Amino acid sequence: MTGPEMATDGYWERLPLLARDGASGLFPTPWREAVSGLISIAAILAVFGLVFAFLTLAERKILGRTQNRPGPNRTGPGGLLQPFADAIKMLTKEDIIPRTADRVLHFLAPVVLVAFSLIAFAVIPFGRRLLPVDLDSGVLYFFAAGAGTELAVFMAGWGSRNKYSLLGAMRALAQLISYELPLLLAFVPVIMASGTLSTRGIVAAQGGWTDGLIPRWHVFTPWGFAGFILFMVAALAESNRSPFDLPEAESELIAGHLTEYSGFKYALFFMAEYFGMCALSGMAVTLFLGGWQAPCAFLEVVPSYVWFALKLLGLLLGFIWIRATLPRLRIDQLTRLAWKFLVPLALINLGSAGWAGPLQPLRWAVALALVALPFLLIGRKLTAGIGPRIYRYAAP
Amino acid sequence: MNAVLAAIALLVLGSAAAALALRNLIHSALLLILSWLGIALFFLWADAEFAAFAQVLVYVGAVSMVVLFAVLLTRQSRADLSVTAQSRGRAAAGVGAALAVAAVLAFAVLRTPLPVPSGLRSAVTVRQLGGELMGPHAGALLLVGVLLTVTLLGAVTIAGAGRLPPDGKDQP
Amino acid sequence: MLGTGLLHGLKVTAKNLVGSFHDPARYVTTEYPEVKAPQPENARSFPFLVSESAADPMGTMRCVACQICEKECPPQCIYIEKSKDKKPGPDGRMQLYPAVFDIDISVCMSCQICVEVCPFDAIRMDQIFEIATTERFSALLFDREKLAKPNAYYHQLHPTEAAEVDARRQAAEAKTRAKAAKPASVQPPTAPGAKAQNPPGNAP
Repeated sequence: MTGPEMATDGYWERLPLLARDGASGLFPTPWREAVSGLISIAAILAVFGLVFAFLTLAERKILGRTQNRPGPNRTGPGGLLQPFADAIKMLTKEDIIPRTADRVLHFLAPVVLVAFSLIAFAVIPFGRRLLPVDLDSGVLYFFAAGAGTELAVFMAGWGSRNKYSLLGAMRALAQLISYELPLLLAFVPVIMASGTLSTRGIVAAQGGWTDGLIPRWHVFTPWGFAGFILFMVAALAESNRSPFDLPEAESELIAGHLTEYSGFKYALFFMAEYFGMCALSGMAVTLFLGGWQAPCAFLEVVPSYVWFALKLLGLLLGFIWIRATLPRLRIDQLTRLAWKFLVPLALINLGSAGWAGPLQPLRWAVALALVALPFLLIGRKLTAGIGPRIYRYAAP
Repeated sequence: MNAVLAAIALLVLGSAAAALALRNLIHSALLLILSWLGIALFFLWADAEFAAFAQVLVYVGAVSMVVLFAVLLTRQSRADLSVTAQSRGRAAAGVGAALAVAAVLAFAVLRTPLPVPSGLRSAVTVRQLGGELMGPHAGALLLVGVLLTVTLLGAVTIAGAGRLPPDGKDQP
Repeated sequence: MLGTGLLHGLKVTAKNLVGSFHDPARYVTTEYPEVKAPQPENARSFPFLVSESAADPMGTMRCVACQICEKECPPQCIYIEKSKDKKPGPDGRMQLYPAVFDIDISVCMSCQICVEVCPFDAIRMDQIFEIATTERFSALLFDREKLAKPNAYYHQLHPTEAAEVDARRQAAEAKTRAKAAKPASVQPPTAPGAKAQNPPGNAP
């Protein structure tokens, strides 16, 4: 987390780094780097832990308000202390382990899940100078960390020694594997356009503004826009969020792979889900929405991490909005959506990004047509026969 | 020998040995996955970032799923999951065959004149890797792609065979 | 077009979210116990005894311990003990009063038969529901002190009913006063059935 030209940044921009260097300066020189790294890790844990806590509260309140009710408003002013009440409840609940469960797997599953979800945060640039680890193939590291979470889901389902858990875990795995492909294919055009796999390079490639007003973010290109939508749909499925929350919905197979977990381990599963949501949103912001770049040239006075936070919050609120609106998909419906709809669209999107024609408007028109037409055609074919229901006996 | 390299080697070889020794098949599979993670750590130690992350993504993310699904879908009950040698003779023959293969591989590796690294070099960047793959090794890349596509089509065909209903129409 | 249904759904949810802050139709929660949802006028829970004045509820009770409600109550949850002496009632005449008037509200089924049969408008239905207690038996037996409530309270609960009852009682009172004020010679001999033509205080 270093960078040149620190002197030209504003005071608020430099503040987190000054704080970290000040704290690590208290230690003797051979330890300074290790302490500096530890402080970065602690900062990420603290910030995203609080984001997780208040995200659960925001979700319940927003879901409530869309359903014409207030949401939690008793604990603390306006319900602000609700996450802490939930934390106390989770910590004091009895931790029940089935007698025949595989103790090692049952214990390790939530630990591995949270661990892999957390290490994915290391390559997300939170601000101009706030990139924890600058890896050359940062995006690949991110998705490798995400692949590790699938293993933990299997361990949870198998270790519980419960046929419903196992069935739920298989379904969850089928969902996770199916949506890996659109997720990975959706951002390949971004890599092609930026020419690098490192997150720092991708954000830098989206810098600058045309006429000082319109940012050059990838979402404002036709292939980037389609890629962003594909990425968000796949991210919804990867983090087991509505409308793809079949694995954890209580009315489906009890709770799937989470059935035999109680107390703090259950809280760890949900923490891992929310961390995954935040990490995927953070990566979407980095890849498509320009990372920490400001939308207009004159808005650069606001520090870069504030812009990142605003974009991240916008995406997270979008996740909650979608949860409030859409009904759940069945397992066959969601696997069909992944393989028959999203993968072909993602492949066509790849093709449209690679094509470099002469005129920009013509190129963009062709790119749009290249994605929009299959979208309509495949969608029409897949939804054929599923029309509005005709009631034969009910009175109009 | 580096202390870090010794630790990584211990992790890889130790978990592989434990995977061989354990009776429970799922535990063996999970320890094998730990061994693959160890190999990814080895790649990281050798500054091959891309190879390390690709190793995790492919092996821990995909191949492990294949192994675990295969075990789960082909075992009828938990009793089938414990694997032991059927007799001492067979166990001895198995160990002998493995040692023979190891000897051949070791002989091949030790006899090949590998280039000795001269001093420190910068890590290979993804751009260089991409250039190598698309340039001198493009033919190999295309062949592997064709092979994988054929494998995928074959798997889909085998999985889908015999599922058509008598009237021949595909289910929605 | 494909996807317009989803967008329409998102618009509806957003409208609900924004509307819940300023539009009462989109926020239907009454936050009990700070805000109590209003009960309709005819809502009823358990009976109470009507007294004329709030200052002396025990002394101005309309109940004369006739025990009709005790006999008519289907689950027999009313227990009445007549007094040995007579006290002046609200209209000045000496009348009996209930020394003990207990209603066991764990037995009462809110059928309102006691109200329908009372000839003196002495017992009416209350609307209380926040009477949960920690005692299983003794706290659910309401005695005279707990049951006596003033007529003003009755007006608050059931305004139309109370106005009707008051009007009827005042008309009956005026008639009795007018009859008492007339000289004895003008009065025709009253037949025994005449009293039945002017029945006091029947079911509303």
